[in-house]
Amino acid sequence: MSGENILEVTDVCKSFGGVQALLNVSFNVQQGDVFGIIGPNGSGKTTLINCITGFIKMNSGKVLYKGKEISNKAPNQIANLGVTRTFQIMRPYYSLPAYKNLIIPLLSPRARRKGGWRGGGKLGDRGTVSIDILEEIGFERDSFVPYKLASSLPTGYLKRLELARCLALRPDLILCDEVFSGLSMSEIASMVPLIEKLQMDGITLVMIEHRLRELFRVASRVMVLNFGEKLTEGIPEVVMQDERVKEAYLGSEKLLDYKFEA
Amino acid sequence: MANTTERRKERIDRGIKVRTEGIYAVSSWQEVAYLVLPRLVLIVGLLLLPLIVPPLFGPYWKRVVSYAAIYGLLALGFDFLAHFVGLVSLGGAFFIGVGGYTAAILNKSLGLSPLFTIPMATVGGAIICTLLLLPALPLRGVYFAIVTLMYPLALMRIIEALNIFGGTDGILGVAGFPNTWIEQYLIIFIVIFALFGLRRLVNEDIGLVFRGIKDNDQSVRASGLSITRYKAIAVFIASGLGCLGGAYLAHIYMWSGISQFALDFSVIPIAATVIGGGGTLVGPLLGCFFLVPISEWLRTFGTLRIVFYSVILMAFIMFRSEGVMVFAQRKYHQFQRWIKV
Repeated sequence: MSGENILEVTDVCKSFGGVQALLNVSFNVQQGDVFGIIGPNGSGKTTLINCITGFIKMNSGKVLYKGKEISNKAPNQIANLGVTRTFQIMRPYYSLPAYKNLIIPLLSPRARRKGGWRGGGKLGDRGTVSIDILEEIGFERDSFVPYKLASSLPTGYLKRLELARCLALRPDLILCDEVFSGLSMSEIASMVPLIEKLQMDGITLVMIEHRLRELFRVASRVMVLNFGEKLTEGIPEVVMQDERVKEAYLGSEKLLDYKFEA
Repeated sequence: MANTTERRKERIDRGIKVRTEGIYAVSSWQEVAYLVLPRLVLIVGLLLLPLIVPPLFGPYWKRVVSYAAIYGLLALGFDFLAHFVGLVSLGGAFFIGVGGYTAAILNKSLGLSPLFTIPMATVGGAIICTLLLLPALPLRGVYFAIVTLMYPLALMRIIEALNIFGGTDGILGVAGFPNTWIEQYLIIFIVIFALFGLRRLVNEDIGLVFRGIKDNDQSVRASGLSITRYKAIAVFIASGLGCLGGAYLAHIYMWSGISQFALDFSVIPIAATVIGGGGTLVGPLLGCFFLVPISEWLRTFGTLRIVFYSVILMAFIMFRSEGVMVFAQRKYHQFQRWIKV
């Protein structure tokens, strides 16, 4: 299952006016892996996901998905190939009940083509299918929660709803933009098994995360970004011992010493 | 009496509203009536208009009933685009003009009867409008509104300058309706059909996509759906309603000219939406049946009518900005009570 690259990102560059958000970022993600992207605020993690999923046009670089180029395609085309994403700032349809939020991705060409219990091939089936997906992601089927307006749901459920929207497309690759942020410890604790379950289902995950402990529980490889450039990549334990990574996260050693003395 | 700071108003759904949401509605006449009566009152009221209005006010008012219904179509289209798709369209004049000219040209050059020209102008005009608006679809908010406002102004000047389609005289001698009963009742049936059709549409799966685009268009793209495509479908529906009205108007006037690009067609539907309540679909329609007759009635005051008109609008915006139907629906479905905090 693993060993094959599902995503190959080569020399992605993006600048916003004078700000170089991404500079020659390259990495590969293997089929079935959980790949973590970490880095301080403003290091270009979200921009990278936006570039891969087509929400932002990159200046240069190449993105291959399953060997086929997807660079600068429209976001909906990329989503239909099976590359889905969650948004860091949740983007549910606030005026719709939670389960109707999923009708929209279920209407996509990919979900229709895939059919089955998740795709909801036949008309009118989609409501049932979306409840099924919501149950899988942690909405209690027999409670009122799936039928509540998204605007009245707490953050934890909205984060799950983001993931559910991805699942409705029956993705091969999910790019998660900080699914753990803004959640309480207990919510995170219930979210981690969910991620592990997705991985067991054969879905490859790319996760941007600030919650390093939880990320390292699931991720097999991590990449560190700083000021739009890739610092290093490797297995979590090795990466965190890297001097440059410590510097990027905590500031330089000198400054630290000074603080301790004072 | 307790101090008001210790109490607040609570608004909760009426029991009958909650009960009629499920299949159990059929279990009692009361509940069936709760569901059916508002719709029945609306439909019967609209159907009675041609019987009541002209005898009371005079034969000229037959035409006003038809005008109000045509404006109603525009208002339905506006409300649909603005509150269910998130596109603010000032394109009423554009749709009416394109529909009117298409119907007039089909009637004059091919000799088709209104029975054929109206459906053809509806679909053909909607295709023309959608194609012309296609480049503007990625725009949102006020920018889309500006483009939709630009087209009628531009087309008016183009027809004038190039002297095509009869130039400033317009296309004369378009076939009319056999009699005023058909003229009034056909458009009223169309309006009722459009209202209930749109209401059903926005609750269908495709309607959810439209509402999703209004809520969060990036999310729709992430869901693998092309927002441009769905926006185009929505514009096609709304412009189809407008073109239908335009074609109808051309056959009522038995004439089509550049005054069909008049901005009244863009502005009155919006005013009607303000009065009737946006997002209810039925509100803007009723708003038209209120505003258009008032506008006709105020004609006797000459140019002063604009003043009266503005005062009415201002009063609504200041005292009932949510719109009559939003208010009425709330009162119908919910009740208020004081509770201790």
